[in-house]
Amino acid sequence: MTTSGNESIGTETVPSEDSGSVLKESPLARFWSDFSDSKVAVGALLVLIVIILAAVMAPLITPQDPYDLAQVDVLDGRLPPGEKSYNGYTFILGSDGAGRDLYSAILYGLRISLSVGVISGLLALFFGSAIGLLAAYAGGRTETLIMRFVDIQLSFPAILIALILVAIFGKGVDKIILALIIVQWAYYARTVRGSALVEKQKEYVDAAASLGLSHARIVFRHIFPNCVAPLIVVGTVQTANAISLEATLSFLGVGLPQTEPSLGLLISNGFEYMLSGRYWISFFPGVALLLTIVSINLVGDQLRDVLNPRLQR
Amino acid sequence: MNTVQPALAVDRLRTHFFTKAGTVKAVDDVSFSVNSGEVLGIVGESGSGKSVTGFSILGLLDPPGEIVTGSIKFQGEELVGAGARRMRSLRGNRIAMIFQDPMMTLNPVLRIDTQMKETIKAHRNLSDRESYEESLKALDLVGIPSPPERLKNYPHQMSGGMRQRIAIAIAFLNKPDVIIADEPTTALDVTIQSQIIHEAQMLCEKTGTALIWITHDLSVIAGLADRICVMYAGRIVETGLTNEIIDRPQHPYTQGLIGSVPSHNKRGKRLFQIPGMTPSLLNLPRGCAFKSRCNYADQVCGKAPEITSVGEGRYIRCHHPAPERVAG
Repeated sequence: MTTSGNESIGTETVPSEDSGSVLKESPLARFWSDFSDSKVAVGALLVLIVIILAAVMAPLITPQDPYDLAQVDVLDGRLPPGEKSYNGYTFILGSDGAGRDLYSAILYGLRISLSVGVISGLLALFFGSAIGLLAAYAGGRTETLIMRFVDIQLSFPAILIALILVAIFGKGVDKIILALIIVQWAYYARTVRGSALVEKQKEYVDAAASLGLSHARIVFRHIFPNCVAPLIVVGTVQTANAISLEATLSFLGVGLPQTEPSLGLLISNGFEYMLSGRYWISFFPGVALLLTIVSINLVGDQLRDVLNPRLQR
Repeated sequence: MNTVQPALAVDRLRTHFFTKAGTVKAVDDVSFSVNSGEVLGIVGESGSGKSVTGFSILGLLDPPGEIVTGSIKFQGEELVGAGARRMRSLRGNRIAMIFQDPMMTLNPVLRIDTQMKETIKAHRNLSDRESYEESLKALDLVGIPSPPERLKNYPHQMSGGMRQRIAIAIAFLNKPDVIIADEPTTALDVTIQSQIIHEAQMLCEKTGTALIWITHDLSVIAGLADRICVMYAGRIVETGLTNEIIDRPQHPYTQGLIGSVPSHNKRGKRLFQIPGMTPSLLNLPRGCAFKSRCNYADQVCGKAPEITSVGEGRYIRCHHPAPERVAG
């Protein structure tokens, strides 16, 4: 009896071993082959990588440190693209009113914009998903309380809340990040709660509970990893939103301080020169901002298509 | 009546769901017990309260479900009203559960070794290395070839039979005293089904674990269980030794169940069928819940029958028990 049982077990493994080798291709490779289906998304990803690299390596590839007043000469102010500076290097994208090299200023500005966007995005993701998971898992009154609060917050325009918060907190990178976290956490909370509610009904959660695992373990090790796919999508889109929100605040003059110009501030600085024909001071930072946000959104769109099982071909 | 303390004894358990539409008496006055190394089969149609009984034992009822009265004694320790901490330390450790659908019970994003090791570490103070060794042994025990490779797999890389074997291995990981198997073979092919039953039977014999096997399929339980409880509409209608129940069913419902199993000596004849449908648990008929589908129902059945002993360890809940009638 035992031997016949073992034999039949042996034969059963053959097909499953086969299916195992079909799936040998690593998850990452499969993900990439799905992602690269869209040429536009691949292009956007390339642009995004170039932008990020340029921002990270800004001090190495720019002729000027725009924050170092000793390197900035007012006599170089408002030079059109291609002009030579007093010190001898070329202003590829022209210079702004204070004589900053725009190419350098844009890369340094990108650093600030990207880091503000990513840091606030990640922190908002962290807090938002923790609160969303709590709401979904606890249920009942806790859930109602949290989710109605989220509803109320999301019924206001993000820019309005951000403006109010910045008016309260004051200027500074840390304060902007804090304001952006408060504006964004609700999106993550709502997303996570939605998928966690679905996951909570699945049998593996009952099974985990039947194994005597703790609540924390069930929530963070079992439910949360299954909610990651929509989070990645919301995360990319929200990061783009955070960057544009920060740019808006800076443009309005309530965001980052003048001494650390982000893209929004650069655009706003050049605004007064627009009508006098000195387009480049606003135009090039604007293009940089546009490229960043559009490429992040395109990558996010493709991620949504790839990670959504319902759209799987 | 037994001098040995049963591994698990359920006494007059009532689990009700208080919904807006009314009270659903999912489990209504259910009593049974299992001894170590014994296999108890619980048979019934869907909605007869078998699964809820399992969840009640583990203390995993979600609101609005609630144990109203009754007692569940695990090795003499009362579990009804036991603290959440105590229940968690028992779950997966002393009392384990195997679920119906192996496609759903393993977490799709966690590797097998992660899921096995965390079960061990939740209850025993073992190092990562030691829990890994334990997991290997457990997989070997349930007849999974090349356990080291399998441990690195994700659930989607395996067949249904393989996954259910893993689920069984996980249930046995901490060598529990009681295992509740909730229709573990329903979603599987017949050939795999018999292998799984074989594995479970062997493991219980080896480890002395008491096994409660919940199923709707009488033919599965016939070759596996030592004793059978037949449930209908939240109540046990007949219980006794497997041979007794299969060969001499006394409750008309049990007779109907046995009559509806296709078998080789009934070829060419019409299969017996129980007329009608399981009544809604929301508004059960007064008296015997089976009376509307029963051929022998009369005025007496308007009064709910009590469970009565009709022999050694044999109980039946019917006004008209009939040993000689066999349907089909």
